[in-house]
Amino acid sequence: MSAANTVNPPVVFTQDELGWVSWIDPLPEAELTERHFAGLVDRARAKSEYFRLLVRDPEVLEARTKTDKDIFYNVADGLPRAERELAAAATSRYNGCIYCASVHARFASTYSKRRDDVQRLLDEGVKADLGERWNAVVKASVALAATPIAFGPDNVEELRRAGLDDAEIVDVINGASFFNWANRLMLSLGEPSK
Amino acid sequence: MSTKDIIDMLAGIEPGSGLDAIRARRLQARENAQKSYLSLFEPIDAGDFSLAERAAVAAFVTGLHGESPVAAFYRQKLAANADGTALVEPIQIEIERGKTSGPYGAFPAGPLSVENKAGLIYRVSTERKPQLGARLVAALEHAHLLVFRPRDAASADMKALLAAGWSTTGIVTFSQLVAFLSFQVRVVSGLRTLAAASA
Repeated sequence: MSAANTVNPPVVFTQDELGWVSWIDPLPEAELTERHFAGLVDRARAKSEYFRLLVRDPEVLEARTKTDKDIFYNVADGLPRAERELAAAATSRYNGCIYCASVHARFASTYSKRRDDVQRLLDEGVKADLGERWNAVVKASVALAATPIAFGPDNVEELRRAGLDDAEIVDVINGASFFNWANRLMLSLGEPSK
Repeated sequence: MSTKDIIDMLAGIEPGSGLDAIRARRLQARENAQKSYLSLFEPIDAGDFSLAERAAVAAFVTGLHGESPVAAFYRQKLAANADGTALVEPIQIEIERGKTSGPYGAFPAGPLSVENKAGLIYRVSTERKPQLGARLVAALEHAHLLVFRPRDAASADMKALLAAGWSTTGIVTFSQLVAFLSFQVRVVSGLRTLAAASA
């Protein structure tokens, strides 16, 4: 809120690093207690306005953060990280979260080494032709993001044809569903800034 | 933490099934989706957002996604709350008034404006406002925005909630609740679809 006059909102989807400015007051760093640090999970997140806002409810933030980390970072088996990030980026592109899309498009590019394809998803939208496997992941993510939910047997069939087993399909479902959580917070509690 | 896993229950995942084994490979996610549910619906402190309000918003949000085991679960939770029973019917009527298809809304003015999609700007009916009260009226209107047109959200929406008596902390928990349910209803639907496709 204090920085409202300095916000320079992006008007296109981008892989550039963006800032984020809260519309309501985050907790001041000086007021954080051990209960809040437990909620932040990583102490370094105390520097982030977004996390200092969410930490107003530390128990929910802690559980949300740990859910997020396991869905995306636990790559002991299942879907490669790049495609989990693709599901996050596609969901964000479809819902319209420029900030979330920027972060997860960057991760998708880093892990897949397919930066141009990721950029086409951002530029052309969720109908961009990215090859059978990525198309199936994007289409499934979009179907899950729709309200009412449009994910159906055809999506499962397409994912299987593209080579995903059931554990990998569950990773798509988790990753895409999680971004329906993340997008709504990022979009409604503040705004991105270049 | 002895409560049954809500996602497993709502998705009909039986112990020992294939999906049970797959979910067990993401144990931290499974346990923390459950902890998210518990911290939202059985919180340490409900001072900024009462349990009846939580159940009312949850019934509304999941109902807007269409009838499902998830919607029935939260409707029952509302009915079971002493202050919530009387809200079941007005919430049900508002769900029917609010049902539409999303996501829609406007992008920041610029090249993306061609993708803007118009849709229902939901407002609680005047008739139901006295039954629901100012806080819930503001909450339902904002919840509808979060469900169907999150990209339309603006700082003015935060001011509307503050003006209706929501604290900043209450807004954070309320936003988490709607956003969490948006996740939960999709995981349940996705897992049910996958289970049916594997049968």
